[in-house]
Amino acid sequence: MATTALRPAVPARSALYEWVTTTDHKKIGILYVINSFIFFGIGGLLALGVRAELAFPGLQFVEDSAYNQLFTVHASAMLFLFIIPMLAGFGNYAVPLMIGAPDMAFPRINALSFWMLPLAGIVMMSGFLVQGGAAAAGWTSYPPLAEATYSGQGTDLWIVAVVLIGTSSILGAVNFLVTIFKLRAPGMTLLRMPIFAWTILVTSVLVLFATPVLASGLIMLFIDRNYGGNFFDPATGGIAVLYQNVFWFYSHPAVYIMVLPAMGIISEILPVFSRKPLFGYKAFIFATAAIGALGFSVWAHHMFTTGSVFLPFFSLMTFLIAVPTGVKMFNWIGTMWRGHLTFPTPMIYALGFLTMFLIGGINGAFSASVPVDFALHDTYFVVAHLHYVLFGGSVFAVFAGLFFWFPKMTGRMLDETLGKIQFVIMFIGFNLTFFPMHQLGLAGMPRRIADYSSTAGWNDLNLVATVGSMLIGVAMVPFLVNVLISLRSGKLAGDNPWDANTLEWATTSPPPPYNFDHLPDIRSERPVFDTRHPEAAAH
Amino acid sequence: MSAPTAALTPATHLPDTAAHRKGIGTPVLGMLLFITSEVMFFAGLFAAYFSIRGAAPEWPPVQFEEVLKIFPLVGPATVLLIISSFTGQLGLRSLRRGDRTGFIRFYAITMALGLTFLVMQGIDYAILYSEGMTLDAGTFGTTYYTLTGFHGAHVIGGVIMLGVVLYRGLAGQFSERHYDAPEAALLYWDFVDIVWIVLFTILYVLP
Repeated sequence: MATTALRPAVPARSALYEWVTTTDHKKIGILYVINSFIFFGIGGLLALGVRAELAFPGLQFVEDSAYNQLFTVHASAMLFLFIIPMLAGFGNYAVPLMIGAPDMAFPRINALSFWMLPLAGIVMMSGFLVQGGAAAAGWTSYPPLAEATYSGQGTDLWIVAVVLIGTSSILGAVNFLVTIFKLRAPGMTLLRMPIFAWTILVTSVLVLFATPVLASGLIMLFIDRNYGGNFFDPATGGIAVLYQNVFWFYSHPAVYIMVLPAMGIISEILPVFSRKPLFGYKAFIFATAAIGALGFSVWAHHMFTTGSVFLPFFSLMTFLIAVPTGVKMFNWIGTMWRGHLTFPTPMIYALGFLTMFLIGGINGAFSASVPVDFALHDTYFVVAHLHYVLFGGSVFAVFAGLFFWFPKMTGRMLDETLGKIQFVIMFIGFNLTFFPMHQLGLAGMPRRIADYSSTAGWNDLNLVATVGSMLIGVAMVPFLVNVLISLRSGKLAGDNPWDANTLEWATTSPPPPYNFDHLPDIRSERPVFDTRHPEAAAH
Repeated sequence: MSAPTAALTPATHLPDTAAHRKGIGTPVLGMLLFITSEVMFFAGLFAAYFSIRGAAPEWPPVQFEEVLKIFPLVGPATVLLIISSFTGQLGLRSLRRGDRTGFIRFYAITMALGLTFLVMQGIDYAILYSEGMTLDAGTFGTTYYTLTGFHGAHVIGGVIMLGVVLYRGLAGQFSERHYDAPEAALLYWDFVDIVWIVLFTILYVLP
């Protein structure tokens, strides 16, 4: 029998070459996730340094200046190099699959957006090698502290890194928006898109409008520092509070950039493990858009104590944000109500998100009240709040998403037992670390201090927080073991291990390079459900 | 999984420029969104400018009042930049009519006008510096050079985009059915032009 050997059109490349040069949104998404996780580890180690120093009064491990570098780079790495890119990574992986597209609209720009991130990370971390050390003026880098008089070259490297990350985010946002507007499969109308795609859409709009403003502020700071500019120096006619206005005009919308996609992940997971459609699909979309829109009118609530902002307006707008957030909370509870609940690891992390984010929302509402904020401003109460929303919220959602989509990304399931062990350790460690910070803040402990008086009454709670932080660190061990074991010998996933209903589960695990051989008919926001139950497909 | 499927090969919903004319072109939409972010970047700089100007006891400062009257080239440079937007549009119209020679000619003129603008701005900078108006000469100098400098950087970006389009055009790309990239580059050029008109009004007309 005569056979003809088919030669591949493209010669085989090494796996490394393939990953470095790829423009496939799935590979880029996975690269985003891996890169973000590396910086999660670095940021976590820096946080352990912070907690180690604070375990007891007095200076045990680091000097004041080194401590300032620790918390500054911890926060910058976690926000700019972990949470934002991690969620963008999920978006990269999932959004084209969810809307039935073969790839992102601009695959090469997509690769560029990713590769700017490790570069930016290296630039930021290289601050530890220069004279004067890394950036140490806090992740907010307010002048005059961040001006050349008080901060060394580390701050310049920090500015360059954050502007690079911002550019990457903006290019990514343009890519997401064009992908969503132009590449949806036939039948996939905007109001049939999965909620996660919607949260990425709204997040991209926020990035598009807010991130360039941060870039302008940082560039002004850079000019002040390096070329003798006078933007923020009152002695020569500049305005110091101007920086805070520009910075928070970005950074308040940025907290929604850091949490809206997390909410989207939760909204994908809860319906699947409740065996029900999401309760109030359209209300959820409008609530997401409302949070995005209101997010631009609340920035000055970070500046109540400066005395230069109109307090009643910003306080009112801040309280208003609780309304769409509350709508979402009821959406999630309504989704689970009378559902056939099962509790695999993604669902458990989603429930962790719901409870912890609720606490983070409530303790945030306290500070929206101006008189309360005057007492709480820059205390550990604020540190407690931001960690309940960003760790208790976003990070729990990130792990929910990792356990949920790992089978799609790799074709293998993560181990349930190890996942649940990790959850229990992390959940306990998280609350041990951050719940005492409420009391520390109310007792007057300011943030960003390396040392405190042994008679201030803060000793025990600080020690508890440090023990908790070690537990969070320990919780990463079962996760890393889990990933390594599961990649090698995890249970095979099949196309749709969770019986989920969005389009990414209609293709193989992992999907082929072009995503779909065939697309099912899309007649609702749950196309895979319609395919399995043609008798019930009403639309 | 057995799925009743609408047979759909990936290629049919990849953006095909010719078949895609019912909506906005993918590169054009991408460029419009990118320009949105650029508008916000300049909004941040303008906000800083007006905050500082509003808080200043006198604007422009006394020592620069005379200096401000001597920009010899800013007027002609502004005229050239505005003309360049029109020549660009003529180039795009030529391309849409299928006149590739006209397209290349007009895009080359547009690019040359942009380069001339940059040279003239450089000469103005040199004169101002020799008069003592430097970047670190108070907030007036800082805001002036930051705003005009970042605009200049965007002109350079626009010139590079036009250059790439021109290079691709000379290599035989683009036709009356495929003109997304020239259109997108031109949108960016118009944006750069409009920012300059706003800047010119604020920096030279308003005082």
